[in-house]
Amino acid sequence: MPTHVNGKDKGQVMLYALSTCQWCHKTKVLLESLGIAFDYEYVDLLEGKEQDEAMAKIERWNPAGSFPTLVIGDTRAIIGFRESEILEAFGA
Amino acid sequence: MNPAVITEAEIDAAYAAYKTDAEKNGYRLNPDEDFVKNLIRGLLKNGQRYGYRACPCRLASGIKDQDLDIVCPCDYRDSDLEEHGACYCALYVNEAIASGKQTVAPIPERRPPRSERMKAGSIRVASTTERPVFPLPVWRCKVCGYLCAREQPPGICPICKATKERFERFV
Repeated sequence: MPTHVNGKDKGQVMLYALSTCQWCHKTKVLLESLGIAFDYEYVDLLEGKEQDEAMAKIERWNPAGSFPTLVIGDTRAIIGFRESEILEAFGA
Repeated sequence: MNPAVITEAEIDAAYAAYKTDAEKNGYRLNPDEDFVKNLIRGLLKNGQRYGYRACPCRLASGIKDQDLDIVCPCDYRDSDLEEHGACYCALYVNEAIASGKQTVAPIPERRPPRSERMKAGSIRVASTTERPVFPLPVWRCKVCGYLCAREQPPGICPICKATKERFERFV
């Protein structure tokens, strides 16, 4: 189950990350600093079928299956720690 | 069994080892020491989890044979350094970034996607019957490109110290 972070509602914001990845960490810190509500999942901490399902969801947006993959409103994805794109997506 | 906690002393020791090793071999670590230490924490954590230090910014399968290409230093490091000035996780950087003249930007993933990796065969053992041109098979280190002609790949790459399993049959 993804972990929820409370904040301003900007629609569905889902961060797929790795617990060991510094670029994922930077992305999560940026989202927290924006004060928006989002969910995140550390895919490396999932096992078996749960991990496969998470990867399948990521690959729909990002065929390389890389991290971080940030899915916004089920309409767009930002792949990698792209600070200016993330800020722009949330009107910050 | 709970994995042992990785201490700051272990991270500092590993950091010193990575730095010395990099500089001895003509590479540079990212000048952001905190960032590098966090990457090293991830590498040590992966070492505990999987038994090998898989790239902290990539999802390891837990099956070493499938993850050899992302064991640090990964097979993609030199190409990414050449093209983007940093390796994928940005542990290793070029001189411009190391000296603060340039910054690290997100690097696209060069590793083939899961679906393609599953198809790729692995070459580990020389065929003694197939010798197209040379009297000996030629082996290539997938980390640094070192080539040698001998019956079997060396146990450890004399250039970059990668282990035998990181070699592929080249000719």
